[in-house]
Amino acid sequence: MNLPDPEQLLAELTDKIRSDVTKDTVLVGIHTGGVWLAERLHKDLECTLPLGTLDVSFYRDDFHEIGLHPQVKPSNIPFEVEGRHIILIDDVLYTGRTIRAAINELFDYGRPASIRLAALVDRGAREMPIAANYIGADLVLPEDKMLALEQKDNRKLSLNLYNKISSE
Amino acid sequence: MNNPQLNKNGKLQHLLTTEGLPASILLKILDTAESFVGVTQRDIKKVPLLRGKAIFNLFFEPSTRTRTTFEIAAKRLSADIVNLNIAASSQSKGETMLDTVNNLSAMNADMFIVRHSQSGAAHLIARHVRPEIHVINAGDGRHAHPTQALLDMFTIRRYKRDFHNLRVAIVGDILHSRVARSQIHALTTLGVPEVRVISPKTLLPTKVERLGVHVYHDMEQGLKDVDVVLMLRLQNERMLGARLPSAEEYFKHYGLTQEKLALAKHDAIVMHPGPMNRGIEIDSAVADGKQSVILPQVTFGIAVRMAVMAILAGN
Repeated sequence: MNLPDPEQLLAELTDKIRSDVTKDTVLVGIHTGGVWLAERLHKDLECTLPLGTLDVSFYRDDFHEIGLHPQVKPSNIPFEVEGRHIILIDDVLYTGRTIRAAINELFDYGRPASIRLAALVDRGAREMPIAANYIGADLVLPEDKMLALEQKDNRKLSLNLYNKISSE
Repeated sequence: MNNPQLNKNGKLQHLLTTEGLPASILLKILDTAESFVGVTQRDIKKVPLLRGKAIFNLFFEPSTRTRTTFEIAAKRLSADIVNLNIAASSQSKGETMLDTVNNLSAMNADMFIVRHSQSGAAHLIARHVRPEIHVINAGDGRHAHPTQALLDMFTIRRYKRDFHNLRVAIVGDILHSRVARSQIHALTTLGVPEVRVISPKTLLPTKVERLGVHVYHDMEQGLKDVDVVLMLRLQNERMLGARLPSAEEYFKHYGLTQEKLALAKHDAIVMHPGPMNRGIEIDSAVADGKQSVILPQVTFGIAVRMAVMAILAGN
C-alpha cells in the first residue's frame, strides 16, 4: 500500500502546532521516532526551552509479558515539569498504551499544567481513552502490520510497514 | 558449556558471578543502569516496573551497605523487599539454608538476594529454587560479588568512556577478595588490555596469573601509568594474624598515599568498594581527594542494582 511522505506530514503537523506555541511551551519526544520528530519541531517552531525526551520502558504495561525492552535509553527532562504546558510527541498513535506510560512518567517529574499530544500518524484501534490534539494523517492499516518511522543518515524520514512480531 | 546463570534462551536468569558472562550481557546491564541514574536524580525516585514483586534480602553474613543499596534499589523499582538477617534468626535455631529458602518460596518470593560467608551458597540456592525465581549473589565467601564489580565497571566507564585503552590496577588483599575476582573477570571480558594486581605475596592466591593479570609486589612499579586504581579493603576479620606483620607495616608498603598515586596517570581515578580502613589501605588525603570517585560508586551502585533486578525480573 502507498504510505504518505513523512516529511510532508511533519510540515503539516508543524503548521498545526505553530499557533499554540508560546515561549513557555516545552516539547517532549518519546523514543525513538518521537524524539526525531521533536528535534525537528523544536528547531522549526523556534522553541526556546530545552527539548525533553522520554523512554517509557520502565512504565510499560507489558513488562510482565515481554520483560525489559532490549535497549532502554535514558529519559532526559531538562526543565521543571511543575506547572508547565507540555506537548508530547510520538510517531505513531495506536493502542494509546505508550501515551499512558509517558503521561505516568511525566507525573513522576512533577505536575504539569497541561499535556497535549502530537502524533505524525494516527492509525486508530485505540485500547485506552486517549486522543491526539495534533495529527499529521489518519491511516487505516491491517492489524497484523507494524508501522515504523525511520530516519536515514541524512536525517530524512521514511515510513515503513512490517509484519508484526510483538505488540506496539 | 551450560551456564547456570542463563536460561534456555541465553538470557540472564540469575546473577551469580561475572565469570563466564558474555560482554553483551555485562554491557546491557551497564546501559540499562544509565537510564536508572536519571530516575534516581528525580524528585520521585521510583518507577512502577516491579510493582507486586516480592524480593528477599537473605543475608547470612552481616552487611550494612550492600544490603541497604539492594533495599533502596528494590524500593525504587516499586518491589516489596523484606530483609532477613539470618545470622540472628531461624538458622540459629537449626534450620538449614535450603529450608529457609523453601519457606520463603512458599510465601511466593520472586527474587532472592543472597550474601553468605561460604563460596557457592548463591549457586546452591539458584539450583534449588523453582524456575520462575531469580537469584542475585550479593557476595559469597571468597568467590564472587558480581554487582560490586558491575558498579565498578559502570563507574570506570562513566569517567574513562572506553575499556579498550585502559590500564587498571587492583591493590591489596586479593586472596580473600571476592570483589577482586569479580572485577578481574569483568575487566577482561569488557576488553581492558592490562589488568594488574598489586599485593604482598601472602595475600595473593596461587596461580592468579591464569586469570590474565600482571602481578606486582611493589606499589611504585605497579601504579606506574595506570588509569584506574581499585583499592581493596584489608579484611582484618578474615586475616587471623599470620599473613601480615602489622597494619602500620601494611600501610607503609601498600597503603595508597598521594605520593604513590602521583605515579599513576595524572587523571587516574581511585575507587574502593567500602567500608574503608583509613590509614591502613588508603590515606584520608586520597580517599577524600579530587581523584577519588568512591562516593559516586555508591550512588551508581543503586542504579546498577536496579538494572540487574529489572533485567532478571523481565527474563
